[in-house]
This record gives sequence, structure tokens and C-alpha cells, in this order.
Amino acid sequence: MIYYVGSFLLIAIGLYAVIVKKNLIKILIGLNLIASGVNLLIISVGYIKGGTAPIFSRAGLNAKMMVDPIPQALTLTAIVIDASELALAVAFVVLLYRHYKTLDIKKIRSLKW
Amino acid sequence: MIRKIVYAIFAAIIVIALVMFFAAYPFGANKMAVGTYYLNHGVAQTGAANIVTSVVLDYRGFDTLGEVSVLFAAAAGVAILFFMLGIGKKERENLTKPNFVVRVGSRIIFPFILLFGTYIFVHGHLTPGGGFQGGSIIASGFLLLYLSYPGTRVNRGGLSIIEGLAGLTFVVLGLWGLFTPTDSFLYNFLPKGLFNTLVSAGILPIIYIAIGFKVASEFAGIVDDMMCEVICRGGEK
Repeated sequence: MIYYVGSFLLIAIGLYAVIVKKNLIKILIGLNLIASGVNLLIISVGYIKGGTAPIFSRAGLNAKMMVDPIPQALTLTAIVIDASELALAVAFVVLLYRHYKTLDIKKIRSLKW
Repeated sequence: MIRKIVYAIFAAIIVIALVMFFAAYPFGANKMAVGTYYLNHGVAQTGAANIVTSVVLDYRGFDTLGEVSVLFAAAAGVAILFFMLGIGKKERENLTKPNFVVRVGSRIIFPFILLFGTYIFVHGHLTPGGGFQGGSIIASGFLLLYLSYPGTRVNRGGLSIIEGLAGLTFVVLGLWGLFTPTDSFLYNFLPKGLFNTLVSAGILPIIYIAIGFKVASEFAGIVDDMMCEVICRGGEK
């Protein structure tokens, strides 16, 4: 249960950062917090009480003792995709900074609405 | 004003979705059907001890091919953006020279990081880990090298060749499955081998090694682009 609460808090903090903060870097940190929260949420959905990791590494383990492997497989790739998308976003931020000489979204004309 | 209303609606939708979610999926209950099938039949069908790996590479191997393409697109995007930035700029920025401890320590630890990353992606079908994690670890080793020796340049042509060959390995292994009697993409056509040993699970370890090389070279390329943006703005590239 603590995992659900934790992931909810992570998503909420990330949303707060994305909505309220004006600095592009802080917005990116917020986006990454949301991604972490969603990953944690997906993993904890797959949890089964008393389950162990879905790896048949030693004799005596059977499928009934294990947690759901699918959410873990999904988050495994999602983490790497998060990292590469963060790199792309940072590249965009660098581009914006070089062009406008500021990171404040209030001052960047095309981002204001 | 309208902005705040839109945000409020957005936040309300997310809160409602989460509440519905919490009501529908109690924590720790057994709610899987597909997962149970994979757990019961995964070992017999794929031969991999790590069921997560058999889901990633065998049952959903096509998705993983897509993920690898997304990764490639992101790396290419970073390279293109920084290339656009670099045009017409010649000045260099002076970084503070890293501390002696950092320089010597990173020299000592760098081969071990490479070894650890290689171990992670070679044993991807037996232990937790795999190509994505191992590749990221190797790329973090390159990041350490860049931070402690700001003048480091990796061979970008070599990285591109490694990346292309790794991607080609994945696709060729997948296409090979089309010529086996089952006629399916990414079919596990190699013998399964002895369960829970290093050489087992058919094509899965080969694919994971290819993914490891691909992820490592892509992330190292991203790191190189970002460091180049700071150090060698524009210049020779």
C-alpha cells in the first residue's frame, strides 16, 4: 500500500512542478518525477503478497510464489526510454537557452499562453 | 485565468483516474492472467530462467525492437539538435580541471564499470538485468571518464558502426525466424540448451548482448554530444 501512496505522491509532486514552476529545468525534473511515479505504480500493480522475483534461479521455486513479470518487463524498457527522452528534452532546453538567453517560460515568447 | 481553469480540469481528471484505479486494483492481490500463463509456460517455451527477459525478448520481442528504435530516434535527435547549435560558433569554454582524486579514481574504476556492465547484459537471461541495464551502466562509465577528463573524445564512427551492427543483429535474428518452419518473426530457432546455464535460451542472450552494445553506444553518443556542446562548441566535431 505504501507503494501506491508513494507513487501517487511522486506523480503529484511532479505535476506540481510541471504546472507551477517557471524554469524549464525544473519542469523537466517534474516530468521525470512523474515518470518515476508511473513506473513505481506499474511495478506495484504487479505485486502479489509474499511473491518473489519471477526468476527460476534455484530449484524449488514454482510459479505460484512469483509476482507478475509483465509490469516489470514494461518498466524495464520504459526507464531507458525515459532517460533518452530526458536527454532529448535537455537538448531542446539548451537550444532554447542559446536562442532566448533565458530559461523562464514567461519570457520565451512561443511558450507563453 | 483560462490557464488555471485548464490546469484545474487536468488535475481533477488525474485525481479521478487515480481514485478509480485505487478502488479497482487492491494492493498485493493476484490479478494477473497473462502473467500466470507466462510464469507457467515461460521456462518450457523460451528456456530462460528470468521470466522478465523471456517476456521482453520472446513474447514481446517485436515491442522491444520498437523500443530500441525509439532510443535510436532520441539519440539521433540529440545529435541533430546539437549539430544545429554548433554551426557558426567557435569559442571554447574553460572548465575547472577535475580534482586529482577524481582523475585517478575514475581511471581505476572505469574497467570495472565496463566489466560489470558486460556481466549484467551477458547474464540477462539468468539474473536480474539485461541489455538495457548493462548498456546504461557502460554508458555511465563513459560519462565518468568524460567528467574526470574533459578532453576525452570517443571515436564516433566506431560507435556508429557498433550501434548499426548491433541493430542489424537484432533484425537479422528476427528475420531468420521467418525462414524456419514456424514462419514467425523473432522465432527462437536455436536449441534451448541446459536450463539455467550461460549458454541457454536460444537466441535470447544473443539479442540481449546486441541490445547491450546498442544501448551503450547510443548513450555514450548522447553523453559525447552533450560534453561536446560544452567543450568543443562547433569546432571540428
